[in-house]
Amino acid sequence: MAGDKVKLLGFWGSPFALRVEWALRLKGVEYEYVEEDLSNKSPMLLQYNPLYKKVPVLVHNGKPIMESLVIIEYIDETWKNRPLLPIDPFERATSRFWAKFVDDKFVPLIIKMSSSTREQKDKVAEEAREVLKTLESSLNQNKPFYGGKILGFMDIAVAWIGIWAPMLEKIIDIKLLDEEYMPLLNTWFRDVLEVLVIKECIPPLDKLLAHYKDYYDRFMATKSN
Amino acid sequence: MASSNDVVLLNFWASPFGERVEIALAEKGVHYDYKEEDWADKSSLLLQMNPVHKKLPVLIHHGKPICESNIIVQYIDETWQTEDPPLLPSDPYLKAQARFWADFVDNKVNFSAIWRTKGEEQERAKKEFIDLLKVLEEQLGEKPYLIGESFGYADIALIPFSCWFYAVEIIGKMNIEKECPKFIEWVKRCMERESVSKSLPDPHKIYEYVLELMKKLGN
Repeated sequence: MAGDKVKLLGFWGSPFALRVEWALRLKGVEYEYVEEDLSNKSPMLLQYNPLYKKVPVLVHNGKPIMESLVIIEYIDETWKNRPLLPIDPFERATSRFWAKFVDDKFVPLIIKMSSSTREQKDKVAEEAREVLKTLESSLNQNKPFYGGKILGFMDIAVAWIGIWAPMLEKIIDIKLLDEEYMPLLNTWFRDVLEVLVIKECIPPLDKLLAHYKDYYDRFMATKSN
Repeated sequence: MASSNDVVLLNFWASPFGERVEIALAEKGVHYDYKEEDWADKSSLLLQMNPVHKKLPVLIHHGKPICESNIIVQYIDETWQTEDPPLLPSDPYLKAQARFWADFVDNKVNFSAIWRTKGEEQERAKKEFIDLLKVLEEQLGEKPYLIGESFGYADIALIPFSCWFYAVEIIGKMNIEKECPKFIEWVKRCMERESVSKSLPDPHKIYEYVLELMKKLGN
């Protein structure tokens, strides 16, 4: 809409900010991106998100919206072109269910995977693989994307795993996206991440790897002290 | 109107998550079959309808399952439209606020530590709980409900926990009304709605249930 002021407070290495950018770009919304230094949060961020002090925050005409999935639904309802969520209430509920499933189940496991022993890491990796395998069961062989022929809410809510999982595999030396065990999931991630609008937002993978490896190394160092 | 066995709710009587769904169904005047589940001994219907989480509540509509209480409430709001204001505000910004606060409740409300712990740990849990209620009081401000003038999605997400306050007060030796009077005003306001008062269990029954849980934990 003409005259709209849209600002996204994000962090280049955050998958949650990334998926909000995907939503904005798919809708063709013009926005100003503001990079936050998470070790030195801006007064603007603290003012807009005093409760969590986290990114991403979408600011639309001065009003802040927080929590990436809440933001994506807001974007979908405010800019009604190119809908992200399906129309049917049951399908909407299902999309929401799977987006929440990934956030609730996979994210804590990633954090847990920074456990100290090799054995613990392998155990958690196994749990994570099962979560991914369950996610795969939500996919339909006949549809390239969860949203059908075009990307939808679920695709952009979850596709970050297609980037972060391979990266974590390298850093922690574990297997997550087993091609043989979950072929449909692997194909799905590849297809989503190939879509131009999605691809052009993805941060440089070597920079991402270096950033998270550094974060992980520092974390492991504090654990062994 | 759909016949009652078009809509089935699998629930456990003490579950605040199930109560969210009961309140939403009552707000919309939906007739449904209620099936009490023993969550320690799950029925094959539950395992079939929620194979991913095997958790309650599950709403089954025309044979199709919907899981996760807040998602179910949104489904109910989108499926049954009445003359009353919708449970989620129509304005996208207010809707986002409602979703944010319902999420916040899911992330932050957890006072079981008050009966699972003792001494310093318990004191910490009590303080965290009161601090949380104060945050919610701030959100309420002068408004009758969390997001505005109408009872809705965010209130529904939170109100079921209020029937646990009696147990928390006795076990934690606390007086919630004294610390958070505005919050308790909101609770009483919500309880005036039939959908809420009919859906929430008696706080004394919840207290007995908590005592049972504590016994099982060896407290």
